[in-house]
Amino acid sequence: MATQNTISRKSDMSGQEYQWGFVTDIETDLAPRGLSEDIVRLISSKKGEPEWMLEWRLKAYRHWVKLNDAESEPEWANVKYPKIDYQDIYYYAAPKSVTEAPKSLDDVDPEMLATFEKLGIPLQERAKLAGIAVDAVFDSVSVATTFEKQLGELGIIFCSFSEAVKNHPDLVKKYLGSVVPYTDNFFASLNAAVFSDGSFAYIPPGVRCPIELMTYFRINTADTGQFERTLIIADEGAYVSYLEGCTAPFRKTHQLHAAVVELVALDDSEIKYSTIQNWFPGTPEGEGGVFNFVTKRGRADKNAKISWTQVETGSAITWKYPSVILKGDNSVGEFFSVALTNNYQQADTGTKMIHIGKNTKSTIVAKGISAGHGNNTYRGQVQIMPGAENAVNHTQCDSLLIGDKCGAHTVPYIEVRNPTARLEHEASTSKVSDEQLFYLRARGLSEEEAHHMIITGWSREVFQELPFEFALEANQLLKVSLEGAVG
Amino acid sequence: MTLAAPPTSVEKYAAAFESLSDSGTPDWLIATRLQAWANFSELGIPTARRGNELWKYTNLRPLADAGFEYGQIGPVSLDQIKSAGPWDDAWDTVVVVDGNFSAQLSSLNGTPGLTAGSLGEAIAAGTDNLESQFASLAGRENYAFTALNTAFAADGAYIGIAADTRLTTPVHVVFVTSDPTSSRATYPRLLISASSNSSLTIVESYINLSESSQLTVPVTEVFSDHDSQIRHYRIQIENEKSFHIGTARVNQKAGSSFTSTSFATGALIGRNDVHTQLDEPGAECTLHGLYMTSGQQQQDQEISTTHARPNCTSHQFYKGILSGKSHAVFSGKVVVERDAQKSVANQKDLNLMLSRGARIDAKPSLEIFADDVKCAHGATAGHVDRDTLFYLRSRGVDEETAKAILIRGFADEMLDEFEPAALREFVERTTDDRIATLLAESDTLGTV
Amino acid sequence: MLEIKNLRVSVLDIDDSEILKGIDLTVKTGEVHAIMGPNGSGKSTLANVLMGRTEYVITEGDILYDGESIIDLLPEKRAHLGMFLAFQYPAEIPGVRPWQFLKAALDAKADSRGEEKMSIRDFSKLFDEKVEAVGINPQLVKRSLNEGFSGGEKKRNEMLQLEVLQPELAILDETDSGLDVDALRIVAHGVNSMRSPERSFIIVTHYQRLLNYIKPDVVHILVEGKIVKTGGPELALDVEKDGYKQYTSVGASA
Repeated sequence: MATQNTISRKSDMSGQEYQWGFVTDIETDLAPRGLSEDIVRLISSKKGEPEWMLEWRLKAYRHWVKLNDAESEPEWANVKYPKIDYQDIYYYAAPKSVTEAPKSLDDVDPEMLATFEKLGIPLQERAKLAGIAVDAVFDSVSVATTFEKQLGELGIIFCSFSEAVKNHPDLVKKYLGSVVPYTDNFFASLNAAVFSDGSFAYIPPGVRCPIELMTYFRINTADTGQFERTLIIADEGAYVSYLEGCTAPFRKTHQLHAAVVELVALDDSEIKYSTIQNWFPGTPEGEGGVFNFVTKRGRADKNAKISWTQVETGSAITWKYPSVILKGDNSVGEFFSVALTNNYQQADTGTKMIHIGKNTKSTIVAKGISAGHGNNTYRGQVQIMPGAENAVNHTQCDSLLIGDKCGAHTVPYIEVRNPTARLEHEASTSKVSDEQLFYLRARGLSEEEAHHMIITGWSREVFQELPFEFALEANQLLKVSLEGAVG
Repeated sequence: MTLAAPPTSVEKYAAAFESLSDSGTPDWLIATRLQAWANFSELGIPTARRGNELWKYTNLRPLADAGFEYGQIGPVSLDQIKSAGPWDDAWDTVVVVDGNFSAQLSSLNGTPGLTAGSLGEAIAAGTDNLESQFASLAGRENYAFTALNTAFAADGAYIGIAADTRLTTPVHVVFVTSDPTSSRATYPRLLISASSNSSLTIVESYINLSESSQLTVPVTEVFSDHDSQIRHYRIQIENEKSFHIGTARVNQKAGSSFTSTSFATGALIGRNDVHTQLDEPGAECTLHGLYMTSGQQQQDQEISTTHARPNCTSHQFYKGILSGKSHAVFSGKVVVERDAQKSVANQKDLNLMLSRGARIDAKPSLEIFADDVKCAHGATAGHVDRDTLFYLRSRGVDEETAKAILIRGFADEMLDEFEPAALREFVERTTDDRIATLLAESDTLGTV
Repeated sequence: MLEIKNLRVSVLDIDDSEILKGIDLTVKTGEVHAIMGPNGSGKSTLANVLMGRTEYVITEGDILYDGESIIDLLPEKRAHLGMFLAFQYPAEIPGVRPWQFLKAALDAKADSRGEEKMSIRDFSKLFDEKVEAVGINPQLVKRSLNEGFSGGEKKRNEMLQLEVLQPELAILDETDSGLDVDALRIVAHGVNSMRSPERSFIIVTHYQRLLNYIKPDVVHILVEGKIVKTGGPELALDVEKDGYKQYTSVGASA
């Protein structure tokens, strides 16, 4: 039922894509580069925010300044990048002037178009991705409206974060920062101060959201930081499946993306959050690409379940640990991940499962694929607090290396404070063997097809957690992302 | 960066360092010691834990706050040593008291091909390779405790075995802290040099004869030349008020094999930090250990192996049993470098928790840069459940015995590794004694 | 159909590793050839070299398929031509469903020949039919390719692929090893039912056993990298009776 309403990017080329996408408004004016209280006030006022929202942003900003002065940008991840100059970024962004941007698809790098073609991204969307100044007529908005009625009848709220601040302030006030406080970490503080927009969803008690909610993010402008913020609340007994897709235009300079996602799963509810992250990974030579520093966390109350599934193929650097605080008794947390690094990409990703309630259960399946000069790190933490009687965790981390210039790292942290817990952690490292390749090739598959089949087979445990259409896209993305790495 | 705080507690060790005598010490060793002291002075005792992976789970504040005197007290009687640790009259035994070799307490049988005795004397005698070996694996790097040991390095034990010599009888090195009423720091140092195609069984044990808090900072350097085989055992049974921060660094050449089994029940904070460098093709290492903790004890296993060259194999396997409010840390690391194709590496840590308040932190990590490797790791924590206990009791075994059987059963796999009979007898006896303590402090075993 | 001319093969990058020392062999369309030999004679190497395994290097000679040299062709191109190797030790490939894999193989072949791909419906029907025919557990083929399969199940899976892909030249590399009598009958039945004037088989085997069920047209004895004797089916019975010793350098000189 749910998947039938998801639109296939592959099959539907009519431009009716990303119905559930929400896209940041494109402003025509441009604030100066750099970050200050004035910029924070400007962002808030441009968005017509109430005083409480501005106050929250300012508190976050002041906290971030302290962190920045103390140079507490996190350094523990296994990623290397040049120092980010936070005063050289546009925090309130508009596209570059029309004269600078390509005027039509004819002006766009054909290689980029070829990639979009492979991904099955529709024409109109391709134009936007290419950074062309398109009239801000977002079909997604109008299409969303058609479903808005259906969702509205069920009491489901699905809108932009800005709209939620205006129309549902009580919900926002109650839950904003309740899972990821603005003091959480350097990037979360930065996001809280300057977040541009994002998505908001609320599913009322006992309601099962009949369609999959989807947001499609992209970064438009050069030298712009993207700071979206998502808040999803499943009220008691509710269910929602939420999809998130990301792309960014090809640019030879780095772009900073520091998003925050908060999930609140109240008693007996379930949130399934799926991500396909395909931010621009940089050129094969390692130029440009998105720095993806994202804080994602969910809180699961009694009998609630939060499931994160991610396919990470993009970004020059990925720093991301979708986590679950298993606060309520019998709550369940899941993390399924495939992270791919090719060329000069670096990923340090994993999860935190914090078991607080009794009989809590978590499952982690993390698969890392390293190719080219890519470096892929699984970093995960499983914490069993003293009160978490009979907590259970199973963790499985598998790494696949393609070629001899890449690296795979597994860094699990297992912290047990209750003797009744049962934990298992397993990890393996392997390569695509010559025997496997020859076997498939002897049946007629090309070397590249054979590699692709072996790699997607190896990733299957994670892909099968994705909604069907997303799984197809993930499959396709792996293929495109690995091009040049094999064969 | 924020302004760095002055290095912690350096001043507490400064007077002792200044009191060191240089007489008879070769110039190169004086220079090495000075450099090590300079390193330690900059580093201090590592009390900062945030962002400090090596001490993330270990609070060294009690160590940093405590003061320790330095220098030999003695005398120690042979009977005291024999009753405190493993002993076999047939073994070649080197006794080191408070860091200094004791000819009187040692019993050396003049075994052909074996050089065993004082490290200080071996240095003074200009023993082959010693100048280039000493502190080449541990003591020059940026690490406070090897620096501290090296700064105070004067004596210790030296074990050399000639090429093609294959010894079947174990060599025992006992590091004893003598019996003062005061708290003392000792810096035991052991250097093992196994020449090509040699074979050696060595037992390294740490005992203290004191009831007061001691600081023991041992450093062991092992040079395993090509095709040599070393069977190493490490026994740490110091008193439960003491600090034991041990470091072993092993360098292995082609075709060599190094197997080490550790048995740690002592110290308030005990650390067994072992790194094996598989430096040439075909080397193999196996690092095993059993740790048991009760009361407020903490045992750290900081175990790492670097596969630098192809076709090497490594195994890391540790087991822990925890009771009371004790704490165990297993930090295992396997690095497979770019060139180290056809590496095989396994890593495993299993823990049995017997009480509320006990705590385990495990970090079994892999860093792989070569694609043609087989690497796997695992870690588990668990407890003895009601059903298992019931099963035994239903067969007529009383509850206390059943619990002891279950714990012993968990330990046996490691105890089996201790091959020399006298050693085996010792670890079994010590384990059974410990099980009684563990059980006394257990509040969950078989209850859930 | 297949002509092997003075084929000499060594292991890549290893000196003095010649395994095949001048093989000459011609298989005509519609014929079934058996290649028999003791362990280490090079018969599995020959099967793998025919399919284009890259761990071996051809130092001399040629392999012609329908008159064209194929020694520079990639394994997949040989498959597209209609060659098939039933592996002695099929690789295990986690997560890849046998169903999905076979469809991809069929599609690749159709693509290369400019033929239309089989519809999923037709394929599904064919697949189910063949699964039943080779007696493979239907649950098994829903899982991972060869992963967790017993030795016998792997061989049945090879036969399943043979029947679905319908090659023109099938090479069976010790398909009979490790099979019980029932499985052996299924393999034989598969081969016999596929025997046709348009299709050739090369059956590589150590034992004569399989040849009780599949009657070869020609039998070759391969010893120490050379074909030492060629004859009719009766040759297999000689081997059964007297072993390979009579053909080895040591045995012959004794």
